[in-house]
Formats: sequence, structure tokens, C-alpha cells
Amino acid sequence: MNEEKFKFRSRMRALTDNSVTALSILATVIVVAPLVAIFVYLVYKGASSLNLDFFTQIPKPVGETGGGMANAIWGSALLLLLASTIGVPVGIGGGIFLAEYGRGTKLANAVRFTADVLNGVPSIVMGVAVYALIVKAHIPFLPFTGHFSGFSGGVALGIMMIPTVCRTTEEMLLMVPHAVREAALGLGVPNWRSVLSITVKTASPGIITGCMLAFARVAGETAPLIFTALGNSFWSSNLNQPIAALPLQIYVYALSPYDDWHRLAWAGALVLIVLIVLAVSLVRYVTSRGVLKGAS
Amino acid sequence: MPGSLVLVTVHVPDIRISQPQLQPEPPIPDIQKLAGESTSDVSAVRKFLLSRGNSSIADAVFHWLMVLCGLSIFAIVALIAVELVLRSQLSWQKFGLSFFYQAFTDPETHLPMFWDPVNEHFSALPFVYGTLVSSFLALLISVPLAIGLAIFLTEMCPLALRGPLAFLTELLAAIPSVIYGLWAVFVLVPLLRTHVNPFLIHAFGWTGLFNDENPTGLGFLSAGVILAIMILPIISSLTREVMTAVPYSQREAVLALGATRWEMIRMGVLRNARIGIVGGIILGLGRALGETMAVAMVIGNTPEIHRSLLSNGSTMSAVIANEYAEAVSDMHFSALTEIGLALFIITIIVNALAQLLIWMVTRGTPSQVH
Repeated sequence: MNEEKFKFRSRMRALTDNSVTALSILATVIVVAPLVAIFVYLVYKGASSLNLDFFTQIPKPVGETGGGMANAIWGSALLLLLASTIGVPVGIGGGIFLAEYGRGTKLANAVRFTADVLNGVPSIVMGVAVYALIVKAHIPFLPFTGHFSGFSGGVALGIMMIPTVCRTTEEMLLMVPHAVREAALGLGVPNWRSVLSITVKTASPGIITGCMLAFARVAGETAPLIFTALGNSFWSSNLNQPIAALPLQIYVYALSPYDDWHRLAWAGALVLIVLIVLAVSLVRYVTSRGVLKGAS
Repeated sequence: MPGSLVLVTVHVPDIRISQPQLQPEPPIPDIQKLAGESTSDVSAVRKFLLSRGNSSIADAVFHWLMVLCGLSIFAIVALIAVELVLRSQLSWQKFGLSFFYQAFTDPETHLPMFWDPVNEHFSALPFVYGTLVSSFLALLISVPLAIGLAIFLTEMCPLALRGPLAFLTELLAAIPSVIYGLWAVFVLVPLLRTHVNPFLIHAFGWTGLFNDENPTGLGFLSAGVILAIMILPIISSLTREVMTAVPYSQREAVLALGATRWEMIRMGVLRNARIGIVGGIILGLGRALGETMAVAMVIGNTPEIHRSLLSNGSTMSAVIANEYAEAVSDMHFSALTEIGLALFIITIIVNALAQLLIWMVTRGTPSQVH
């Protein structure tokens, strides 16, 4: 290769290098721009529509301005309570199984793989399955079956929480050093007690934030609620009846032709997003601060 | 006898230290017996421990309870599969596999029809088409951006920026679908309608992919763009994860040979991480295929097939979201469930494939907490 050619090649390589750098910076800007746009717009629209009525009033009939989403917030709270009572214990149990009892076994690997796959199953499919199981099936003498109900919505959300909680619990438990377990067992603590009071307790900040993350995720789920909880424009605490939910209300209001309902939808979206940002920041804080490092 | 070899046998005494004879252990006293009687040869500590009872039953019960919790994951998958298969029997028996690829002719207008709940004729073809088109568009837009972002974050970004940017993309992944939909309806669709679509029609109208028959701004393109924004963080964070898993010695080796930074990324990082990156892209595809609310809000929801990306359509998940609660007949309900079953099977396959690919790359590194 003569010198001329070599110089040209070097220059081309430098040029390629620089243009790739520029392209990836450009990609970052393009990615970050819509996010910032969404946030700024959401906070701007939401904050200007949010007022005390939003939290205390139920929706006004069509045509009247004002009103709020108190019933939807209350309904969401009930649904999430039900979902958590199903999803959190079972999910944590599954995580304990993966990290403490089944570590390295084929069964545990299969469970972990299935949990990851289940995490990717669309929420609408979960809704369809729960609809077929609870809403459509009319089992005599069994309450909650045969009609739309808050109960079925809670079950759908709870089932969706299980794989997420299970996997985060496992990851958090794996961070607990072995010495802690050995110390407990060496003192003659029964195995179950050592798992619950020592290992799980050591990892509890991580597990709690993991649960919060799963909670925040299902808090925004709309698809499985459309045909289970159905929605309700009145105040209702009855889990045996259709019940309102915040994301559901946002969906209905966003597609409505009324400006006032659009305003309420934005306010609801802001409330949801604040909940989620809190959860995500907490998770990041706990995992980056390394609460668990002190134990090693 | 000088010169001759004398073999002297030296008797080496056995210097191995003789091991002390192990005393047979004293027989372990019968626990039950000891617990009952309070003889003086039982120490206070042992007595205390015995009084705490036997934990073997509690241990076994707890162990099996946890196993049961783990197995519940299988139970959920089985439950979903059984329910969907049972409830879609009606439509399966009537239409068979042609449900997914065959249109039927309208008896009055003799035009191809797909979805007629009144006369109970159903074909999932337009929904399969809509799902594929919108997901493909989403991948087309998001993959280059996601990989660019991942390269920037892992290889170029100043440390001070890395944390906040990673946090922002994480947040992007956590925003609920319905909020993306809300934003798309009020910001993205008007933007596309007034600024982007006229340009596309003007510049690329000749391809037939963009025509001006639908002035609403809703349609495949809007759905594809919002899907791209939604799956971007997933692809990007997984790409980042597998790129971080590539050992530093690989980068150093390529740099030591005189490569520029891009050559180092291309040869040292991307080549090693490519399987994992493909896994991340497939995972993003899985998410795009099943994404419901945002798509249902911007795609227009008409069971039609158009070549133009600017025309209305519908997807498999969107039609379920729109019609399931108000299914007019058992056949309608069954057809929708069959679409749900197809969605379930597709996403299971796609996700399993993605998990396998990612696992192949990251199995050597400790699992990361997101």
C-alpha cells in the first residue's frame, strides 16, 4: 500500500468513526426528545387540570363541566389491594423457591424461564383468559362468577403481578451473601425461620421496591380491565359489581368528544405517572445505594 | 570390597504418625425420651433446645409451600391455555385454520369481507395484517435508534450523563400504555396529520404506501410510531445489558491493534453481542405484537386491509379490546378468543426465543437488577 492510499484510508476511518459518534448522539437526542415532550406536556396539561375536585368528586353527567375521578381512584385502590393480596405473597413465595430451595435445579430453571415468558404475554390475553374463567363462566353457588366484577379485574391484575414479583424477589435474594444464611443456620435456627427472618429480611428493601414496581406497572394496566372490571361512573366499593378504575377512565375520556373529559383524562394521567415515577425512582435508589452491601 | 556395589538394606522405621483410634461416639440419647424426663445429665442448653420442639415438619411444610408458589407460574400458563382453547372451539370448528388467511365474499356486493358479526362471518386476516404492519414499522423505526442509544450509553457517554439517561429510558419503559395512547391522540396524531403526512404523500406517494384518502391522521403509521416509542426502551436496555456483558479485554485487544472507536465497537462489542441484540429486538417485537391500548387509540379500528400506511386498520389486540365486552353472539365471542389464543401462542414463542438468545450471551455474567 503506498503512502497516498494509506493516508486516504486513515482519513476515511476517522471520518467513519466521527460520523458514527454523531449518529449515535443523534439517536440519543431523537429518543430523549419524545420522552421529554411526553413528560413536559403531561405535567403541563395535567397540572393545569388537576384540582381538589378531581380527588373528591365523581364524574358529572355528559354536558356538565367539573367533576372528578374520586370513584376511579377508589376503585383502582380496591383493585390494586386485591391484586396485591394475590400477587405479592405468591410472587415472593415463588422467588424464595427460585433463590433458596431450587437454586440450580431443572425445575427452578423451568420456572424462571416460564416466568420470564409469562412476563411478555400481552396483558389483553390475561384479560381474555380471566374473562373466560370468571366473567363468562357461570358456576352456580360460586360468588363473583357470571358477570363483570371488580373481583375479576383484581384477579387479572394479581396474576400479572406474580411473575414480576417472583423474578425481582429472586434477584434480591441472590444478592444476600451466603455467610448470613450460614450464620443463622449455625445458631440452630430452623430453615424456614432462617429464610423468612434472616434472608428475606435482609433483602426486604429490595423486595418491597420490587413489589412496588410490579404494583405501579399493573396500576397503569387498562387492557385486562376493559372486559373484567368494566368501569363504573358512580361511586362503588362492591367488588361483586363493575367498578371504576383510573386507567380505564382515562381511556374512555381520552376517546370522548368532550373537552372537559379530556382535561380529566390528562389529570388522571398525571396522577398515574407520579405514582409510577415514585416507584421507579425508589427502585433505582435502593438498588444503586446498595442497601444489601452492608450485610456482606 | 572396594569398587563393588554394596547393597545395604536400611530398615526404615515406620514414621507415619499412627492415627489415634477413633472412639465410638457415645450413643445419641433418644430425643423423645429426654424431652419427657428431666434427668440431671442433660445440659441446660440442650434442654432449652429440646423445649423448642422439632422444626422438621415446619421446614417441610414451608419448603413445599414455596415449591407450590413456584409451580403456580406453570398453573397460570396452563390455565390461560386451557381457557383459550376451550372457548375458541366454536370458531375453530367452523373456520379452521383458514380463519387466519381467508377472506369471504359479501353476498350482496361481491366484495371481499373479513369481519361481519351480524352474519357471523369472521376472518382474522385484517387483524393479522395490521399487527404485522404496525409491529414491522415499529421495529424499522426503533431498532436503529435503540442500538444507537445503547452504543452511546455504553461506549461514548460521559459518566455524569449515563445515570440520568439510563433512568430516563427506564421511565419510558414504565409509562402505561394508555398514557402513551393519550399523548398520541392529542399530540402525535395532529403532528403527523399536519406536518409529516403531507410531506410523505408528496415525496413518496408514487410508491402507493402513502395516499391521501384518510385525512384523520389515524392509521398504521401513527400506530407504528407510537409502538416504536414504546418498545425503544426495551430493546435499548437489553442491548445495553448484553453490550456490558462483553468483556473489556475484547475492547482492549481491538484498540491495541490500532482500531478507531467505531471499529472497536463493531468488531469488539457488536460482533460479540449480536446474538443478545437480536434477542432484545425479538423481545421488543413480542411487546409490539401484544401492545393494546395505545394502538387501539390511534389505529382507527376498521377491519380492512389497505396498502397505504396512512389508512385505518386494526390489530389483533385492538379488536379484542374494542369488541370483547360487547360480543354479540357466541360465535363472535369465540372468534375473538381464537385471536387471543393466536396472540398468546405467538408471544410465547417470540418471548421464549428472545429469552434463549439473551441467556446465551449473558449466562456468564451475574444477573442484573433492573
